[in-house]
Amino acid sequence: VLTFLTLNSLSYAAILFIVASGFTMIFGLMQIVNLAHGAFYLLGGYIGMLIAHETGSFVLALAGGAAAIALLGLGVQSGMFRFVRGGELQQVLSSVGLALVLNDLILIIWGGDTFSVPLPAMLQGGVQLGFMTFPVFRLFLIGVSIAVFAGLWLMLAKTRFGSVIRAGVDDAEIVDSLGIDVRRLFALTFMLGSALAGLGGVLGGAFLTLYPTADAEILVFSLAVVVIGGRGSLVGAAIGSLLIGFLATFGQVWFPEMSYFVVFGPMALLLAFRPLGMFGKRVSA
Amino acid sequence: MTRNSRVILSLVGVAALAAVPAFADTYRTNLASEILIFGVLALALDILVGYAGRPSLCHGAIFGTAAYTVIYWVSTGGSLWLGVILAVAAATVLAAVFAVLAVRTTGAYFLLLTLALGMIVWGVCLRWTSVTGGENGMRATLRPDYLTSPGAFYYMVLAIFILSAALMWRVVHSPFGLSLRGLRDSESRMRALGYAVPLQAFIGFVISGLFAGLAGVLFAMFNGFVSPSSVALSQSVSALLMVIIGGAGTLFGGLIGAGLITVVADRVSVVTDRWSLVLGLLFIATMMVAPDGILGFFRARAMTQGGLPDESAEQRRT
Repeated sequence: VLTFLTLNSLSYAAILFIVASGFTMIFGLMQIVNLAHGAFYLLGGYIGMLIAHETGSFVLALAGGAAAIALLGLGVQSGMFRFVRGGELQQVLSSVGLALVLNDLILIIWGGDTFSVPLPAMLQGGVQLGFMTFPVFRLFLIGVSIAVFAGLWLMLAKTRFGSVIRAGVDDAEIVDSLGIDVRRLFALTFMLGSALAGLGGVLGGAFLTLYPTADAEILVFSLAVVVIGGRGSLVGAAIGSLLIGFLATFGQVWFPEMSYFVVFGPMALLLAFRPLGMFGKRVSA
Repeated sequence: MTRNSRVILSLVGVAALAAVPAFADTYRTNLASEILIFGVLALALDILVGYAGRPSLCHGAIFGTAAYTVIYWVSTGGSLWLGVILAVAAATVLAAVFAVLAVRTTGAYFLLLTLALGMIVWGVCLRWTSVTGGENGMRATLRPDYLTSPGAFYYMVLAIFILSAALMWRVVHSPFGLSLRGLRDSESRMRALGYAVPLQAFIGFVISGLFAGLAGVLFAMFNGFVSPSSVALSQSVSALLMVIIGGAGTLFGGLIGAGLITVVADRVSVVTDRWSLVLGLLFIATMMVAPDGILGFFRARAMTQGGLPDESAEQRRT
């Protein structure tokens, strides 16, 4: 049972990482806590489910869910956030409004039932690990998240776009003064972060199923991941996801009614000593 | 506003509020009670948002915790008034715990943390079925016989509203209130002046939580019912919207915001049950058009027209 739970925790951590890495990139670069990120995740899942039903292709569902949410992100970034007056705080608050709107729209369109993204035959069934069988799909999840981590890491470390993002996290104003189009950079990052939410939604829709309050759950856990890992830190997001993934999975089995405490207790403790998280950088004022 | 005109204005306001049951039917009197209850919540939240400069997304949870506590206490056979005290105490303690965790952060981090903390309360209310009744919530008749009529209940709520509003007005205009405003405008300067910044913010948070708890108790008495939706994010969001629409940092703007949101919610519920959609759109629109709220909007205008600059109308940094 212990090994099984461990593998389950890893697959849950995989979903969390994919969603939270998008969240932390947006937060890190733009100081925008996009509280509609959970709604993006859920909407991505539903869109992926539609595509999977229509075309029967899981790959298309993944790509379509991510692309649709990337476009939504672009629309929100250039249509809403730019027109919100005042500072980042007003933008965060408007994203709360957006979350409520999206959530209600989802409820109107798909109702309150629980859905699941259908899996291709290739990813169904179990795989023999010698001592036990384990669902293939969960291994696939873990693989995808490792690929996402590697891809993001390579992008941030090796490409020009990545180095501009890293510079922007440290000081967006200086990046602007160097003649780099920060508005375009923000839009692209917001799209990328949103796409990750959409991708996470399709994967999560197959693994955790889709239902109306799923967005709030994934959002809180992503918040915890980012708070633990620190703003804008990819490694922090990975470690945070693992931690939360294990705490949530084991907590749910051992203390079902109190599982939230098991997750957020350690987070609160960590914050009492390190308000900016494990890898957080001070925001330049 | 001069001191005299302020006194006159408050007296007129109180007289108008006191006259409500004489002119309104049962339905409208109940609506007015609801407005005053959310008014207490909005005023309490404004201490934190408008004065300490820390917009909280967990006040719905504090409010709801008080409601849960008093209903649980009475439904297990406890007496009402002891339950009221316990509920306000529970809300205050919860606020103190949240404050310890959150006051060292500002801006987006503060929002994020308070949101997560509020979500924990929501998660506990939803999952701890043996105590909270889970998704079905809990029901209990709290009002004693002499408060069952809408008019009598309204007057009790009005009395509590006036008392809490006066106390909160006192707090924000005390030297402590001024130092809270200092936190909002420049934390580093306050630190340089020798203020214990986290302690100031902590006290502000706890006072705000106490009154939010009081509002929660009134709400429980009003409804006789509490469910996870009373502690959910949308509750915190609508309280925050009340503060912002009324104008953060104006204290009494919160009552205007509460009135506006409660009436709109009531009208909308006649037409459609998509309240959270409307609430979300309202929130986005407010952020785009009038992030300083109605009172803030008029004060800014009064200032440009050469009126007396009021202390709260100065450019706010958020």
